[in-house]
Amino acid sequence: MKFAIAVFSAAHAPSSRRALLFAQAVLAGGHEIVRLFFYQDGVHSASGNIVAPQDEQDIAAQWQDFIGAHQLDGVVCIAAALRRGVLNEEEAQRYQKPAANLSNSWELSGLGQLHDAAQSADRLICFGGQ
Amino acid sequence: MAKSLLVISRQAPWSGLSARESLDIVLAGGAFDLPIGLLFMDDGVFQLAQSQAPSALQQKDLTANLKALEMFGVEDIYACGKSLAERGMFPGNLNLDIRHLPQEQDISELIDRYDHVITL
Repeated sequence: MKFAIAVFSAAHAPSSRRALLFAQAVLAGGHEIVRLFFYQDGVHSASGNIVAPQDEQDIAAQWQDFIGAHQLDGVVCIAAALRRGVLNEEEAQRYQKPAANLSNSWELSGLGQLHDAAQSADRLICFGGQ
Repeated sequence: MAKSLLVISRQAPWSGLSARESLDIVLAGGAFDLPIGLLFMDDGVFQLAQSQAPSALQQKDLTANLKALEMFGVEDIYACGKSLAERGMFPGNLNLDIRHLPQEQDISELIDRYDHVITL
């Protein structure tokens, strides 16, 4: 089965951890992830500047590793990301901000990518909505 | 055939970005001409209140974005009748002309009609 996964909560939220475990289970079960789309506070998961305390899970880093290891399509909504200070090199230069913090593995793009993923997936699974 | 999406908007316009960001999903879907529905529920129905004064909170007015729904071809707009009633709001007194007012027991049937659901 093809899954699209949308994450609306920040990496420190329990729902982001659940989303990661779900995504891992999807692949372990032999299914496909057509795209991971990060929206609202979910965009914070793509920040490379998160420092988790040593005795806590670094979910943002785990997302990055997971997406990189499986060559998944990890998309961060650009409008939501700009608002929350998650920038790649290009956007940091465009808005004259001092640093880019978007981790590798991620790509900034528009909400069309969420709709596109929903169209090609059998299931759209959301984490961290209200 | 394109898959349909129902967005359930449950947050008041003054309680952060959720109202705006859920509406943005709907408008983007409309721009791509996808079958998309929008259900206002719980505090989300406050987005439909007339005479909002967001500037008092130094916030932008979402009402104009709501008006854009029609322009983007989004016609399937619903408001939960119970959520309205609980907040002393009336279908005839909203900033959008909403023809569909499902009662609580009809909501599950409405959700069932869509392929995908996003609740924000």
